[in-house]
Amino acid sequence: MFKVISAAKYWDGEVDLLVMGKNTENVAQNAAKIKDVSSVIRFDGDHLEHLLAEDAAKIVEMLSNNYQVILAAHSWFSRNFLPRVAAILNVSLITDVLKIENNNVYTRAIYAGNVHAKIQSKDPIQLLTIHTSLFEVCTKDGGDAKIIKKDTPPATNLTSWKSEKINKSDRPALIDAKIVISGGRSLGSEENFDKVLSPLVDKVGAALGATRSAVDAGYAPNEIQVGQTGVVVAPELYMAVGVSGANQHVYGMKDSRVVVAINNDPDATIFQFADYGLVADLFDAIPEINKLIKE
Amino acid sequence: MKILVAIKRVQDYNVKVRPKSDGSDVDIDGIKMGINPFDENALEEALRLREKDLATEITVVSIGDSKNEDVLRHGLAMGANRAILIESEEYLQPLGVAKVLKGLVEKEKPDLILLGKLALDSDAGQTGQMLAGLLNYPQGTFVSKIEIDNNKLIVTREIDGGTNILEMNMPAVLTADLRLNEPRFVKLPNLMMARKKIIEKFKVSELASDTSTQLELLEVSVPPSRKAGIKVNSVKELLEKLKDNEGIRL
Repeated sequence: MFKVISAAKYWDGEVDLLVMGKNTENVAQNAAKIKDVSSVIRFDGDHLEHLLAEDAAKIVEMLSNNYQVILAAHSWFSRNFLPRVAAILNVSLITDVLKIENNNVYTRAIYAGNVHAKIQSKDPIQLLTIHTSLFEVCTKDGGDAKIIKKDTPPATNLTSWKSEKINKSDRPALIDAKIVISGGRSLGSEENFDKVLSPLVDKVGAALGATRSAVDAGYAPNEIQVGQTGVVVAPELYMAVGVSGANQHVYGMKDSRVVVAINNDPDATIFQFADYGLVADLFDAIPEINKLIKE
Repeated sequence: MKILVAIKRVQDYNVKVRPKSDGSDVDIDGIKMGINPFDENALEEALRLREKDLATEITVVSIGDSKNEDVLRHGLAMGANRAILIESEEYLQPLGVAKVLKGLVEKEKPDLILLGKLALDSDAGQTGQMLAGLLNYPQGTFVSKIEIDNNKLIVTREIDGGTNILEMNMPAVLTADLRLNEPRFVKLPNLMMARKKIIEKFKVSELASDTSTQLELLEVSVPPSRKAGIKVNSVKELLEKLKDNEGIRL
């Protein structure tokens, strides 16, 4: 959210924040402290506790007349409901914007990141999701925004929420982590994935990632998949362990500041993207790194 | 229950697509093309629902020129009952596609519309949600499990950090994740038979009056790529480089 506000400041207009949920008072109060936010618009309701696309779209549609630009972080949350909003408003949505070129021209990646496209939108409302890893965090305090509570429209009742499963972890979230250590298929099993990588991940305070092939093989949960079909990360240090370097994985990590690759195949594609490549058996190298790093 | 599955013809996932030399668009001449993988999962799931006697008729639809007949025939060979080609010479944006599909849904009245959650070429991931919005249908995106109980859809879908389960009535729009299933291989005899089947055709103008959008592609380019760095010989050397050159404290 802090990075989306930075992106929004590009237009030099007032920036309002939209909060939707149940018991949003605290969230709204905290949001009002963010620098450069003019108003926090708050919608509260029992049926907004597990926000459904149909209800969220209706709220954004209601507000859309007042705004020339509507943006959100590129996430499963925004990807779920903003296309619906776009269709209802009869405008296009530009997803995963890497760079704002001017007030209606954007760069985004296509073809699994092999090509960048510069796109102009002449729609009256610029509707965007932002590739947050490429934007700065805005100043989080010093602001004094108005909080405006609006009447929540009734539930659309098109879908109903049954349950959810959040994979809880004490580790930092992939998207925020300064260090990401990802494992590939070479780990060989779910047990190895955990046994080999977890001690190092926890020692350095990293987030754990996985390639799609490791996820497909059942070694790691899908939530930690790094790549085009998973999460896109850009940490200070990215360590690819036993990772081959498939297109769709590279898409998810190529903006990392420093990339280390460890693979026993000297011809592995991942070495083409690594600042430091180590041709070694990961089952020896990872414990050794772990041993050499001081507590 | 009738199911409509929308499929797109895209580049093979192993192909590295490049811009044309003038940067006006991407160069896809002569590269290997096929059905978008996520759309193949959508079709596979429809077939499995029919195998459980939960669906009666499965129609695959694609929008584009006559080359798109190959993905439709692939769909027929996998087991779809019918195939529809919506002829379009121009490349439509997601909003345009959603408007055309809305026109088809109004004609065909399927109970369930299945699509892939995104296409490998544009990576937009919007068409399903847009279609649901235009039709005011319930939507289930990024779906990894579909069950039908008492005529209600119960879907497991991706959210940030986990999954949730939604329930909805039909008609509805669902978009498939790769984890939904493992698509079947197409057998050669089925492919031969699919070649003889008739592909029904519509023109875009028969289904939607306006498919234009306000988007314009100004330029495509090769993104600045990471350069390969150096190979280190040992774990010790690696840690020294990280510390000295990169200032990373592990």
